[in-house]
Amino acid sequence: MSDVLILGEVKEGSLDLKTLELLGAGKKLAGELGGKFSLLLMGDSVSGAADEALPYGPAKVYKLEHALLQGFKADLWVTSLEQACQEINPKILLMSHSFIGMELGPRLACRLNSRLTTDCIDLSIDPEDGLLLRTKPVSGGNAISVFKCQGEPQLATVRGKVFTPVETSDGSGEIVDIKADIDESIIKVASLEVVKEDIVSLDKANVVVSGGAGLGEEDGFELLEELREALSKSFGNVMIGCSRVAVDKGWISSDHQVGLTGTMISPDIYVAVGISGAIQHLVGMVQAKKIIAINTDPGCNMFKVADYGVIEDYEEIIPALIEKLEELS
Amino acid sequence: MTEIRIIVCAKEIPDPEAPLSDVSVDAEKMEVIVDAPQVISPFDENALEVAVQLKEEVGGKISVLSLGKKVSDTVLRKTLAAGADELILLEDDNFDKLDSHSTAAALAGAIQKIGDYDLILTGRQAGDWDSGQVGLILGEILELPCISLAREITIEDGSVVVKKSIPIGYERVKAKMPALITVSNEVGELRYISRTKMLKMMRGARSIPSWSAEDLGVTEEALQKMGIAALSSPPDMGRDCQLIEGTPDEQAEKLAEVFKALR
Ligand SMILES: Cc1cc2nc3c(=O)[nH]c(=O)nc-3n(C[C@H](O)[C@H](O)[C@H](O)COP(=O)(O)OP(=O)(O)OC[C@H]3O[C@@H](n4cnc5c(N)ncnc54)[C@H](O)[C@@H]3O)c2cc1C
Ligand SMILES: Nc1ncnc2c1ncn2[C@@H]1O[C@H](COP(=O)(O)O)[C@@H](O)[C@H]1O
Repeated sequence: MSDVLILGEVKEGSLDLKTLELLGAGKKLAGELGGKFSLLLMGDSVSGAADEALPYGPAKVYKLEHALLQGFKADLWVTSLEQACQEINPKILLMSHSFIGMELGPRLACRLNSRLTTDCIDLSIDPEDGLLLRTKPVSGGNAISVFKCQGEPQLATVRGKVFTPVETSDGSGEIVDIKADIDESIIKVASLEVVKEDIVSLDKANVVVSGGAGLGEEDGFELLEELREALSKSFGNVMIGCSRVAVDKGWISSDHQVGLTGTMISPDIYVAVGISGAIQHLVGMVQAKKIIAINTDPGCNMFKVADYGVIEDYEEIIPALIEKLEELS
Repeated sequence: MTEIRIIVCAKEIPDPEAPLSDVSVDAEKMEVIVDAPQVISPFDENALEVAVQLKEEVGGKISVLSLGKKVSDTVLRKTLAAGADELILLEDDNFDKLDSHSTAAALAGAIQKIGDYDLILTGRQAGDWDSGQVGLILGEILELPCISLAREITIEDGSVVVKKSIPIGYERVKAKMPALITVSNEVGELRYISRTKMLKMMRGARSIPSWSAEDLGVTEEALQKMGIAALSSPPDMGRDCQLIEGTPDEQAEKLAEVFKALR
């Protein structure tokens, strides 16, 4: 039995940063419960990552390896995770609010007849009844709600970059192998092909030049691309972002989308061009160190969170700006 | 090709894209107050759009289900104007602030009552509580193949083929029908509906069926609330915005100086 269990994620053989953040959250909760935290790693081969995890102080690192767990096939993963939960019997299970967590969480909750809270930004134990208090932004971020739910394990997916990654400590824990009873007959959804696309890693950008519905047409992004190139002469890692509407209109691919259902970023500079500043967009970029907004509507929300604002048609400003930037460099 | 029966789950919510100034929090009543009209949750409109496209391609019937304590058929009739064949409201006093599992259980009750279906489409997440659970739980309850984050859906001889977004690009997956699919915005916006079409649908004499918890065979005990322990306003995100004024040329010059200073 383990009080708090973390579902870790392994990227290229190592623990990903979100897992270290989850371990940080798990350690804190275990402290409040006066109990222990452990880590579960699933995949076809996770031994390296399991060794890597021990120094961070989990009481146990459960290693669930199976050849069929190569790649992420949700049907196999959710059944394996369900079995692991039955064996380990945790009071609390935390997952990342990642692609994997978003898919496994609800399905697992249903199978274990427990309740999940997604995208949590804070977690604590209610001292009165020992239940998990799950804090989550709702209504796009217009409100913060705290939920308390029935069922065990108590389940939450956790937003990235809100918990401090765990530090290494005594590391006297042990690695425990557990088994999954799965076979191909469980698979209801067959994978035909995985297509790698040229994906921007917006969270690695120092400067993001972002366009929204205000661009009016796809060609607007060509102008933003010119601005991106001009800024690249002075800044490292300048990338193109966008609002959801720009994706909906088919102007740009969704990996560029900033916001609640896109990427959450905190670059040094965020330039919002023709983006109104709906809450679901703001929550994804408001942590930027400096925000510059270009918008024709003086009343738009984006100006409320910006450091610098230009009330003007972008088609007037951007070409002139590119010219001035060239002069300066 | 045989016709397909599609069920779209569409939730009515306060406009999630309302300006921030129209949104406030009543901490005491633990409610988010939005001073804006009710709308169909945006990803559910995306789901409806794919449903209508599939119907145009292979033929079939679309039923829309919407659950709540009270659902406004004036908001939901838009789905009929867009091309749905049938709208069923699931209304009951006990349907207020249900948790995701109970919502899914009630929707599952309605779907079983309809009986005959090939595809169930939901949005990836509703714009009021941003939970992102009901679709997948519904799939689990009905023991269907579950596919999340669809950006393209096609029907190929009795199976459904979906392009789903994954972190490195997309995956093409295939499942036998019936199947459950959660839809993401990449499928495209709901088609434009002309005012005349909309008005015609609003004024239409057509009566919209409403089913209660009892009609669905779900008991009161099976309907649990969300379990909100507290609700508060978020921290203030506002900054002092320095407006850069002048002719476009002057503005560009000053803005270039701003960038230079930030280097
Ligand atoms: C559950 C949910 C999740 C969501 N997730 C996201 C998300 O992750 N990311 C996201 O971005 N959105 C998200 N949204 C959508 C969000 O609510 C808004 O609809 C969206 O951000 C608006 O995009 P926009 O600002 O580009 O468009 P609009 O709101 O239409 O704004 C366009 C702006 O351009 C300005 N403009 C017009 N012409 C010009 C011009 N010539 N020059 C300069 N400015 C001009 C206008 O004044 C206006 O302010 C989500 C919504 C929901 C319900
Ligand atoms: N009350 C409801 N009525 C109809 N569909 C719903 C309801 N609640 C949730 N859904 C569907 O489930 C999806 C995910 O909702 P949620 O899990 O609440 O974020 C929504 O996009 C809808 O398609």
